[in-house]
Amino acid sequence: MTALRRVTPQLLTLAALVALITVFFPDFLRIELVNGRLVGPVMDILKRGAPVGLLAVGMTLVIATRGIDLSVGTTMAITGAVAAWTITQGYGLAPALALALLAGVAAGLWNGMLVAVVGIQAIVATLILMTSGRGIAQLVTEGRILTFSHDGLAFFGSGALLAIPAPALLWLATAIGVALLMRRTALGMLTEAVGVNRAASALAGVNATVLLIAVYVASGLCAALAGIVATADIRGADANNAGLWLELDAILAVVIGGNSLLGGRFSIAASVLGALIIQTVDTGILLAGFPSEYNLVIKAGLVLIILVVQSPNLALHWYALRRAIRSRRETALASAKETG
Amino acid sequence: MLLTIRSLTKTFPSTRALDAVDFDLAAGEVHALLGENGAGKSTLIKCLTGAYERDEGVITLDGQTVSPRSTSEAQELGIGTVYQEVNLLPNLTVAQNLTFGNEPTRFGMVDRRAQRRMAEEMLEGYGLDIDVTRDLSAYSVAIRQIIAIARAVALSGKVLILDEPTASLDAREVQTLFDVVRGLRDRGLGIVFVSHFLDQVFDLTDRVTVLRNGRKVVTERTADLDRVRLIEHMLGRALEDEVVGHAKAHDAPATKPALLTFENFGRRGHIEPFDLTVGEGEVLGLAGLLGSGRTESAELMFGLAPAQSGTASDRNGPLDLSSPRSAIAAGFGFAPEERKEDGIVADLSVRENIVLALQARRGWARPIPRAEQLRLADEYIMKLDIRTSGPEKPIGNLSGGNQQKVVLARWLAMNPRFLILDEPTRGIDVGAHAEILRLIQQVTAQGMSILVISSELDELIAVADRVIVVRDRRHVAELTGAEITTETIVRAIAAPDRDQTEVPA
Repeated sequence: MTALRRVTPQLLTLAALVALITVFFPDFLRIELVNGRLVGPVMDILKRGAPVGLLAVGMTLVIATRGIDLSVGTTMAITGAVAAWTITQGYGLAPALALALLAGVAAGLWNGMLVAVVGIQAIVATLILMTSGRGIAQLVTEGRILTFSHDGLAFFGSGALLAIPAPALLWLATAIGVALLMRRTALGMLTEAVGVNRAASALAGVNATVLLIAVYVASGLCAALAGIVATADIRGADANNAGLWLELDAILAVVIGGNSLLGGRFSIAASVLGALIIQTVDTGILLAGFPSEYNLVIKAGLVLIILVVQSPNLALHWYALRRAIRSRRETALASAKETG
Repeated sequence: MLLTIRSLTKTFPSTRALDAVDFDLAAGEVHALLGENGAGKSTLIKCLTGAYERDEGVITLDGQTVSPRSTSEAQELGIGTVYQEVNLLPNLTVAQNLTFGNEPTRFGMVDRRAQRRMAEEMLEGYGLDIDVTRDLSAYSVAIRQIIAIARAVALSGKVLILDEPTASLDAREVQTLFDVVRGLRDRGLGIVFVSHFLDQVFDLTDRVTVLRNGRKVVTERTADLDRVRLIEHMLGRALEDEVVGHAKAHDAPATKPALLTFENFGRRGHIEPFDLTVGEGEVLGLAGLLGSGRTESAELMFGLAPAQSGTASDRNGPLDLSSPRSAIAAGFGFAPEERKEDGIVADLSVRENIVLALQARRGWARPIPRAEQLRLADEYIMKLDIRTSGPEKPIGNLSGGNQQKVVLARWLAMNPRFLILDEPTRGIDVGAHAEILRLIQQVTAQGMSILVISSELDELIAVADRVIVVRDRRHVAELTGAEITTETIVRAIAAPDRDQTEVPA
């Protein structure tokens, strides 16, 4: 019940967006069964939104500890490159997935050690991998776009299970799985405690260092999944462009989800809805038929409106404004009576 | 009088930090300003330097009323300040630091040669032989301290306020600094010296003013004071009325079976190695002035700053106390002094704050069932009379006393065998104060051992079976039974140091 109340603003925003897009593009909500899979704008959003949705899951945990992970876009490029390389070397699907996930864990360990053990600020620590990591990815791909044709790996980008696109299933499963892990165990509370006050938590016996490393590893794993999806989708690894700037979309999704950048209370459901909102805006602008050069400007405007509308400050201002108007009207009424 | 302050009052939303304080400073004197934490020293200084605006009172400098509104205005009036953390810029050269904001220019550019000359002139008479063109960071804290003084004197030149200037200096450096201060006194400056090292106060100062709870207690010539009287003034207990108010019968000296033994337990720069035995169900008091090594002793025992020498053991052998987690595993608990920074997790609920340590010990994979958490929270909210609208209220919204009770509840829920309470009653109201003391007696009756650190001697006398006195980062005395009186504690704190030349850590 409280969980539902927590995500109400995000649900309302999403509903409003859907309504708005339907005005411009009436077929927006139509879903058809074609060749044994569901097709339509909504399915497309679920599929296209997978990378940012996956990144947002890990990013939520990192931000809950008062950190930030700028390296996830780059980690996508690295893990995608690793998966593609393994396939092209002829090792098969399982080793490709395993190595890609391992690369994600390694990236997370690196970030986590820098933040939790060395004590570098998260924004600086993860900036290192963000800027240098594409070089690693290029080394893996040897500087070219590494294409492959392997139906097993491609399934993660364009396949479907039970008529639903595989990427959509993957990110929904990840989000639900991580959310359950957080709330059914004590990890969620311990993560929030470390995010609010690391010193006090450590004094109470919470293993804050290990927990911090763990959230960056989780973020790296989510980025690896996103990297696999992105590579599988285009059947190739593009070290330069895979996941480019997606870390910023992921942070935006967490923020639209109403999670504080100062750490503490977090909601994975809200972040994932934030990712859906971003993807809905992206797809909606295209469907509504605006010239593509307007896309980014319209997106910026919509995001601004969403953030302002969701701001708790606004509710406060609105309340104060209403009171001021009412009291003015009352005094005006009173003086009118007097003079009348 | 160079500087006079009459009935200075400063009120903050929750407290009256200064209450009609008078203070005089003559030209050519060093005047010590003393008091425990929260006595009002820093507020007084901040009113003088323009960092705070006073509510009431008059400050006159050279016979004229002044009301500095900023530090720079105070500097222009002639009041300069040097803080413990030297606020100079380590990445600039000594000369740049000395002439900062006042650089000699030539054709609109900084004239480096004139700047250097100016800096060297400013440092004349301080007995420093340093290269002013090198970065400030190349020099020790003591030299930086003197450079800061030189800058303050050159800029202001009438009143010099030294706020804990010796806190990070060793004995030799302290003497160098004192020579400089004496030289300035002889040049006719009025110097305010804030320190909690009493030896240094007796060594350097001409007069002493003691503040307590925002009021002036006394101003006396240093030569007329002895240590015992000075500490009485600071801690606020006249020796005569100490006999009253013993809540605890001190007739049975510790015969309780030993629970823990610390041998030669110490860490450089924190606390000299000490031996300590903790009895089962015993309340140990740790008395001493601020900075004497009270909190440091606790940090060592709880593994926050691991010991470098010695061992801790119980009946079954040595204990690992290398980190808070291992100390907790050994059955220890610690409610720290800085409640807001180290105690509460402000955004989390009362319930979560109570179960936090318990959950951390069980591990993340075995969550405490929600119903059990609520039962624990309700139990302790009732038991400790925690005033909250419910267990789900964020602890940050509670008052200080109730926050402290929640932190206590967190540890009581763990049922530790040894609980360390650092200033458990600081900043909380009288009612909660008495309740916490009662609670200490309750849980020790059930066999838990407690170490209480407190600045309030009354409190220690009321609850402690044994009192350890800490001075200059050493455990210097142990009082038991009938020996526990304000007089003996104050005397032990005050006893002059036999080896004063030793390097303070």
